[in-house]
Amino acid sequence: MDIDKEIGRSPIEFRLDPASGVPTYLQLVQQVEHALRLGYLKPGDQLPKVRDVVASLAINPNTVLKAYKELEVKGLVAGRPGQGTFVRATLSQITLPELTGLRKALLGWLAAADKAGLDEDGMVALFSSALRDFHERRRGTGGVRRGAASGEKEDIA
Amino acid sequence: MNINVIEASGLGKRYGRTWALRECALAVPAGHVTALIGPNGAGKTTLLNLAAGLASPTAGTVSVLGGLAAGSRAALDGIAFVAQDTPVYKNLSAADMLRLTATLNRRFDKPCARARLAELGIPLDRKAGKLSGGQRAQLALTVALARRPKLLILDEPVSMLDPIARHDFMANVMTAAAADGVSVVLSSHVLADLERVADHLILLSRGQVQVAGQVDDVLATHRMLTGPAAEADTYTQRPVVHARRGAAQAHLLVRATAGDPVPSGWEAHPVGLEELALAYLREPGAAALPGPARSRPAEPSEVIR
Repeated sequence: MDIDKEIGRSPIEFRLDPASGVPTYLQLVQQVEHALRLGYLKPGDQLPKVRDVVASLAINPNTVLKAYKELEVKGLVAGRPGQGTFVRATLSQITLPELTGLRKALLGWLAAADKAGLDEDGMVALFSSALRDFHERRRGTGGVRRGAASGEKEDIA
Repeated sequence: MNINVIEASGLGKRYGRTWALRECALAVPAGHVTALIGPNGAGKTTLLNLAAGLASPTAGTVSVLGGLAAGSRAALDGIAFVAQDTPVYKNLSAADMLRLTATLNRRFDKPCARARLAELGIPLDRKAGKLSGGQRAQLALTVALARRPKLLILDEPVSMLDPIARHDFMANVMTAAAADGVSVVLSSHVLADLERVADHLILLSRGQVQVAGQVDDVLATHRMLTGPAAEADTYTQRPVVHARRGAAQAHLLVRATAGDPVPSGWEAHPVGLEELALAYLREPGAAALPGPARSRPAEPSEVIR
């Protein structure tokens, strides 16, 4: 509703999902990363001011500081004293057309999985499992994997 | 700001023959929002009243703001206290409240309070008794913050408010913590809200401190183990705080970190503040006292059942 955007206002707004079980600071971190990946945030953009986040979500200021600190450690943002926290790196290394192409291919895969009779949970489980395999193969580590043979969904604590 | 805004040792308060608070040792560090959790009659209000200087201890000592005696003039100057259900004088208008509080206090930022009330849409000429519950609570908070306290103590501030009023009230408290560095200690029954606002936790049960520490540390040292009920009793690797059993499956809240081994056939999950608090509240004999409060051995001195 605020159309008169003040200068220095961040392109993103945080939201919280209390049912997710994800700690609040981590939800903020993930939302910034997500926004970076999808291009909502670009280098030079400002993250919401701590005071504004606190006022809109009614959360502890230390939680916001912790999230921004973590993003800083990851090299994604940098704090400028007296001004705020700004994006310094981007997570999306590929162009939008490439992203669209990959998305299309994935939608094709989902349609095929659906046709084969897999439900949504099954798709998520299969994708997660394949992603883990891919990850391990790329790292070249052949560690023991619990539940991989039986196709069980692993709980990542 | 490495001071403690509240520090108690051997603190006790007796009303008649009943000890409302007993042998209470705790330290609340500055710069945090501290949640005081506990069942009815646990001694929360007694503890807050003692810290605010509204009551004097039967035993032990309590100091505030880095060693000031609770109730001393210097202590009173630095503390703002909003009592249970945010009471205001019902027959006074908001303007009268501001005038009165400005007169009664050595430091009172009246322009700031007026601006704040205008922002909140609270008419200055309306009697407090005619305001909504949310507006009354905001009025009490505005008056408290206009004293520019270093420590803001809130006793059950939001229990009577609807969700929006609760959110707006806490947003105001958090803004004060963020912008002015006010340390906040609040007691509450609304566990779900506390996870968002509190980064320090004190769990009080039967007049004694059961759990105290940084929320992150407390959560990081507890896990929920889920596994076969038949093996629940044989689990002894780590201390079990609370067990819930079905016919086949059991959940154990244990004091363990993410690095601790999980028995085969069991799954470990992180716990949230609400789940953890409930488990401890159901086991008044269990205690976890990391941090400064562990001046005495943290063994459960009174094991119930």
